[in-house]
Amino acid sequence: MSPSLKIAVRFLVAKKRSMVMSLAGIVFGVGFFILTQAQTSGFEDFFIRTILGTDGAVRIEDRLQDTIRSLKSGSKSNSGFSIAADREGRSYISGVAEPRLIRDALNEFPAVTAISGVLRGNAILEGIGKKKGSAQVYGIDLDDHLAVSDLESQIVQGGFEEFRNNPRGILIGKKMAEIMQISVGGSVVLQAQSERRRYRIAAIYETGVSDIDKSRIFMQISETRSLLRKPHGVSFLQINLTDRNKADEVASRIQMITNHSTVSWQEREKTWLTVFNFIRISTALTVTSIILISGLGMFNTLVMIVMEKTKEISILRSMGYTRGDISSIFLWEGGIVLIIGTFLGTLVGAALTFAVSRIPIRITGIFATDSFVVSWSLWHYVAAVSTAVVIVMCASVIPARRAARLEPGDVIRGTSQ
Amino acid sequence: MSQAIESESLLSTEREIMLSCSGLHRYLGGGDGRVHVLHGVGVEAECGQMSAIVGPSGCGKSTLLYLLGLLDRPDGGEIWINGKEVATASDEERTAVRCTEIGFVFQFHFLLPEFSAIENVMLPARKLGRLGSDEMRETAHELLKAVGLGEKTHRLPSQLSGGEQQRVAIARSLMNSPSIILADEPTGNLDVTNSNLVFEFLMRLAKEKGQAVILVTHNPDIADRCDRILQMRDGSFL
Repeated sequence: MSPSLKIAVRFLVAKKRSMVMSLAGIVFGVGFFILTQAQTSGFEDFFIRTILGTDGAVRIEDRLQDTIRSLKSGSKSNSGFSIAADREGRSYISGVAEPRLIRDALNEFPAVTAISGVLRGNAILEGIGKKKGSAQVYGIDLDDHLAVSDLESQIVQGGFEEFRNNPRGILIGKKMAEIMQISVGGSVVLQAQSERRRYRIAAIYETGVSDIDKSRIFMQISETRSLLRKPHGVSFLQINLTDRNKADEVASRIQMITNHSTVSWQEREKTWLTVFNFIRISTALTVTSIILISGLGMFNTLVMIVMEKTKEISILRSMGYTRGDISSIFLWEGGIVLIIGTFLGTLVGAALTFAVSRIPIRITGIFATDSFVVSWSLWHYVAAVSTAVVIVMCASVIPARRAARLEPGDVIRGTSQ
Repeated sequence: MSQAIESESLLSTEREIMLSCSGLHRYLGGGDGRVHVLHGVGVEAECGQMSAIVGPSGCGKSTLLYLLGLLDRPDGGEIWINGKEVATASDEERTAVRCTEIGFVFQFHFLLPEFSAIENVMLPARKLGRLGSDEMRETAHELLKAVGLGEKTHRLPSQLSGGEQQRVAIARSLMNSPSIILADEPTGNLDVTNSNLVFEFLMRLAKEKGQAVILVTHNPDIADRCDRILQMRDGSFL
């Protein structure tokens, strides 16, 4: 053990009480930092998983309208799609008129793993006792859609068998089922355009996103074309990717090649992602204040030690201890508290994260969960430890430099004369 | 340059002078309160010789000792230790010289209260790093035995009397076998018995180990028993 380290340990032990206070602050600061990051990241990850599982990584929607000629031809087409208003300075023709051509183009993208064409339209839902509500009908090819969503795991009642075999079998959200007081095997009437048809509930799903669960109805795409009177094209193509984090990049390339508005999940959910990011940073800053206060406590304790130990420091200097040795005594003191504090802090953080993940709590709205959602990431631990390192070392450097600057002659003369 | 080499050779071999200084000036304080404490002082310390610096309080005895011990820097003049001019040397060089060549004994023992007697004695050797752990402990134990504390090596300073603490401080100053011992009123806080014990020990070191000992004292009995007495008044030797 180096002499500076040995001296540092003895000085620390002599100041047990105040050092334990600083240590406790660092332990809890690091622990809570990890816990809050695990929670906020956990909810964010869960939200991302939910939105990817419902609306996919990328959506190809409306065709970009770039010339007058194509605008006219688009409007004359008998596809049932209309010209959308200007968005961000560009005109669009809503929907994908030629989904097969787009699918062919997407075959050139190795990042694209699955594609599902969806035909969307509004309808009025009529349930038991003439109870009415608005609904969004999603016409899908079931196998295609299962490949781009988590619909299979979102089924909470019933199954896909009737949906596959019966064109009048539909999937409805849990909230809608509750509102309309219907269950699997029951029937509802859907009214769209001038059509009015009866459908049978094949299964009930729950995404956790209440807006979806109370309005979205899945039915076979052929039946949807008939109900909505849209014989050609689809409203959008939902795409799954090998790497969700490359959605932005892939979306912009698809848009360039297909000339269709293509939106990644990051762009689509920008508002929520910004909220999550803000909460994560905000909690990190709040919890950092605990470490900061501990750092200040540590700074005070070290300054006190330097002031109390000026004679001892001078004696050490008179024995041949260099300014660097003296400085390292106080840096070691900070380092020891830091090592113990961050070690215990990470353990506390991990234990708290585990404990919180077991707390039963029912959350629905933007996702559905029965317990606190946490994310286990090494980066939370790295960030917490790095924050503690920066704060504690800053708190140690100033007293260490002050101790090293002491002139032994001045101190001893002041004492002995 | 040749003159310096000649003088270096002369100092270190022929006259066996371990430490010398000449023309030392030191001012303390600043502004209107600035005091000229040392007025061009010069002194030499030979191996095996014990010198006493005496004089009234405030005449500059301790200031001179701190300059000779490289704990302070002079405002003018030269200090030679073992043939090297160290008054203007870098802080690192002066620290290294303090570690290997100088042992300091202060009026107050200045032991580190968190360390036992033997650990206090070992502190200079830990820094020097020449001895292994066992050898270091053995040497420290021998030194404590020599100052009559062989049975109290593991006591904390708070468990020792004033005289015992001072003897631990003397043992500590000898740990790295320095060629120069500088003692600032080492018996100032001790009773007669302990004063004699400490003085005898320092004298024996000078004679047996050939160390140059300079001590500052107010005690005329102690001064009289030294090899030579240097009288100081108003920052100069008489």
